[in-house]
This record gives sequence, structure tokens and C-alpha cells, in this order.
Amino acid sequence: MRSGQVVKIRRLMKALSINALTKTYANGNQALKGINFDVDVGDFYALLGPNGAGKTTAIGIITSLVNKSGGNVKIFGHDIDTEVEAAKACIGLVPQEINLNLWEKVGNIVETQAGYYGLNRRLARSRTEKYLRALRLWDRRHDAARSLSGGMKRRLMIARALVHEPRLLILDEPTAGVDIEIRRSMWEFLREINDAGTTIILTTHYLEEAESLCRHVAIIDEGRIIEDAPMSAVLRKLQREVFVLTLAEPMLAPPELDGFDASLRNEDELEVGMGRERNLNELFTQLNARNVGVISLRNKSNRLEELFMRLVENKQDNGVDAA
Amino acid sequence: MNLSLNLVAVRTLIRKEVIRVMRIWVQTIVPPAITMTLYFIIFGNLIGRRIGSMDGFDYMQYIAPGLIMMSIITNSYGNVVSSFFGAKFGRHVEEMLVSPMSNSAIIVGHVAGGVLRGLAVGALVTVIALFFTDLSVKHPLITVTMVVLSSTVFALAGFINAVFAKKFDDISIVPTFVLTPLTYLGGVFYSISLLPEFWQNVSKANPILYMVNAFRYGILGTSDIGIGYAYAIVLIFVILLFSACLFLMNRGVGIRE
Repeated sequence: MRSGQVVKIRRLMKALSINALTKTYANGNQALKGINFDVDVGDFYALLGPNGAGKTTAIGIITSLVNKSGGNVKIFGHDIDTEVEAAKACIGLVPQEINLNLWEKVGNIVETQAGYYGLNRRLARSRTEKYLRALRLWDRRHDAARSLSGGMKRRLMIARALVHEPRLLILDEPTAGVDIEIRRSMWEFLREINDAGTTIILTTHYLEEAESLCRHVAIIDEGRIIEDAPMSAVLRKLQREVFVLTLAEPMLAPPELDGFDASLRNEDELEVGMGRERNLNELFTQLNARNVGVISLRNKSNRLEELFMRLVENKQDNGVDAA
Repeated sequence: MNLSLNLVAVRTLIRKEVIRVMRIWVQTIVPPAITMTLYFIIFGNLIGRRIGSMDGFDYMQYIAPGLIMMSIITNSYGNVVSSFFGAKFGRHVEEMLVSPMSNSAIIVGHVAGGVLRGLAVGALVTVIALFFTDLSVKHPLITVTMVVLSSTVFALAGFINAVFAKKFDDISIVPTFVLTPLTYLGGVFYSISLLPEFWQNVSKANPILYMVNAFRYGILGTSDIGIGYAYAIVLIFVILLFSACLFLMNRGVGIRE
């Protein structure tokens, strides 16, 4: 096959393709109501949604932990109904809940997982060392998993999911309960993995995490996809942003600003709301004209968080299915 | 099915099971050794002296194969049921379920782990038995094959128990209310020729009777039932139980939503 054809096939192939996926549990709960989405090869894809929206059910079906009620799932072109082993071989899963054998040694957990994917002992050992070192757990390889901290257990689950070097890594809230320093180092590690070619699907409740890491975002609510677009396109939908400015001098009353809504949070902080048609240069021009010094500026809330809340709330208010 | 992948996966699972048994050897190896030592002392030595001979053998010699088989059966069953249910309970069964290893490989790996523990305990109990009586193997092939097949049957049964179990109580109900009575009534301590004809026929519905007798035939050369019949019964159980395990796994019973 010529290299041009290979490139074309790679472009056409999706890392994940979901079509009309439904799931109704035995108790009648309809967790997924016919969702469709595709994940491009090499993408860093955020799957967001409130609790109970259907994210974990969707991930469960993709990874064969949950039986689907209807629809199709293909992983790198392999249908999970007809080519389940080939489909599973492409995936690495970091589940939401800790599912380690806590009595087993750290090194054995990763090495055993490699064996389940058919890696011979020598390769399994070298990969175990590679990923335990990368996730700073190599020194703990002889310890039982129960002796690890919460953050270490999460990192161990990442090492376990990566040991067979999957083409698609699915992380279901990987940084839940992890302190900020470890979270940042995990972000860095995930970026490196993604840069090296691994497609990543991330669900998280930390929307700054999704905004910082992901290039594409889908929002799922009540079993339906209500948004599915590149991150930049989604963020552009924000019609209004609110900034918090830390003032150089205390202020007793907010300044009158043309085209901006200004209010004082306290005597040292000014809150300014602005529409998309405005820009920060205009704001600072007006503040300079009124001799208002600004030390720093930040978004009042995460932009993606604002949009997420708006989409979910709008849907609830309107009762609209935006899929 | 990718055969080489599944062979590696089965080998990995067996290794994991062996490590588990060795890690908790005080729970897995020592208790059956102590229990069987007590059986030999009380039933074989103290009570057995008053019983005299059975089927031409002294009582201690007669019950030794049955006690060895009993320890093999209970440990094969117990290993699989506790290991697989533990994996379900701790949710690390998902390590296997998300991997490309086949359901057959998951069953074979666990069953092999159970058989190995059964054989290890059986070997230990045999050594203990040799302190109390003389044992010479009359039919080695029958002895070995019957041990492996019987422990396979009960390892598969343990797997099914684990699939359906939802809480720890559920993994002790079957051993307590089914396995132990069947074992005690399976001719471990007596020849069914001592029973009235009706109870002899009832006893023939107990699969453990065939395993114990075939194993006893392998060691002592005496049996209450035909050996060919015993093999047929045990092989049918292996096939039926493996099929049931595979059906349950493919359906996702007890392991998938």
C-alpha cells in the first residue's frame, strides 16, 4: 500500500465512532438515548456532563464493561460486537473508581495487566519499569497497593492502563481527589502521551482541566449529546465574560465605564462584565483615563465552566433536546 | 481468537493465582493440613482401630484416599470462588474484562489456579497420611487423571458460585450446605456396600462418590463403582460446567451491567 493511501486511511479512520448508542438499565433508567460522536485519531477529547449524565455508562460500553441496548461502537474501525478482542486491544482505561487489588504489589499489578494483553514476560517487565518510572512509582514497586496514597493509586491506574501502549486512552475523572501539584504533573504527562500519538478521551469535573488539555469537547446531559465541537469553537460561543481586576489603590465606588458593567467586589477588587464585541484594550483605555491602576486580572470563573452551566441550565429550562 | 495472546494471558493469570495462594499460605495451605491431620488422628487412628477393616484394608488406609480427595475438592472450589468473587468485589475483575483475553481464558486461568491449589494441598495431605498409614499407588494414571479431573469439576463449580455471588455470605452457602454434605456422603468414610440398597442407589446420584471411589481405586485398587462409569460422569460434569461458565461469562451475568 502506498504511503499516500495510508495517510488517507488514517485521516478517514476514527479512533472512536459511536452511532445511535442507547442503554436502558434493568430498572428502566434510560442512561443513553441514542448518542453519536466521533473522536479523531490523535485528538484530546473531553467528554463532559453533570453527574448521572451518562458519561461513565458510555465509557463502560466502549470498554465492554457494560452491555449496550442498541447502536454501534467502533474503535479504530473495529466493531465491539464483531471484533471485540481487536477493539479491546486498542484501549487503555483509567476508571473513575479505584479498582486495584489492594493486596497485590504495585509492580505485579502493572506486569499482570501487560500479560492480559498478551505481552511476554520480558516485554511486560520492561514496560512496567518504563511506566512506573514515568509516573514516579518505581520506588514503590514492591509495596502493596493499599499502602499508596490516593494520588499514587490514581497514577498506578494510569501506568496500568498504559502498559500495553494503547492507541486510545480513556480517563474517567483521573484527577479526582488529587492535589494540585500532582494534578499538574499528571496533565503534563498526559500532554506528552498525546503528543506522542495516543488519542485521549477525558471526563472530568474540573473544567479548567478540560479547557487546558483538550482540543475537542462533547457535553452529555440526560443521555444526550448537547454540544460536540472543537474547544475553540465552543469557547467562542461565550457571549459574555466577567473579569476580576485587582486594583492598585482601594476604591469606594465603581467607575462609570462605557459599554462595560463594573461593580466592586470589595474595595480592592473590581468586577467587570463585557460582551464579545468589546475587548480588553478598550477597558484599559477607559480605566487609564480615570486613573484606575490595575495590578492583575483574572476570569471570574472558568470559561468552559460558564458555558457548560449555561448549556445544561438552558436545556433544563427549555426542555430542549439539542442533540 | 488470538491463541498466542490468550496463552500468555492464561499463563499470567495462573501466575497471579499462584502468587495469591502463596501470599496467603496461612489461609490457603495450612488449615486443610491441620484439618486432615485431625481426621487422621480421630477417625483413622482412634475410632478406626475399633472399626477394623473395610473392603480388606485397615480403616486408616481405606479413608486416606477419600480424605486426600476431599481436601483437593474443597480447596479447588474454595480457591476459585474466593479469588473470582474477591476480584468482583474489589472490582479488579475489570482488569481482565477490559483486556482482549477471551472469556475462555479467564475461566481456564482461574480453574487452573484452583486445580494447582487443590494439587498442592492434596500433596501435603498425602505426605501427612504417610505418617499414619502405608499408601502405594496401584494405578498411577487413574490416580493422577482423576485428581486433575475432579479438581477441575469443583474449580468450575466454584467459578459459577463466584459469578452469582453478590456478597461474602454467598460464597460460603454452597460449600456449607451442598459441598460438605455431598463429600461426607460420598463414601469418604465408608463403603456404600454397607448401606441398604435404597440408600446405595441414592448415593449413586452424588458425583463425589464417583470421584472418591475412582481415586481410591487408583491408590488401593478397590472401588464401589465401575471406573469407566466414573470417568464418564466426571468428564460430563467438566463439559457441562465449563459450558455453563462460558455461557454466564458471555452473557455478562454478575460481572457486566
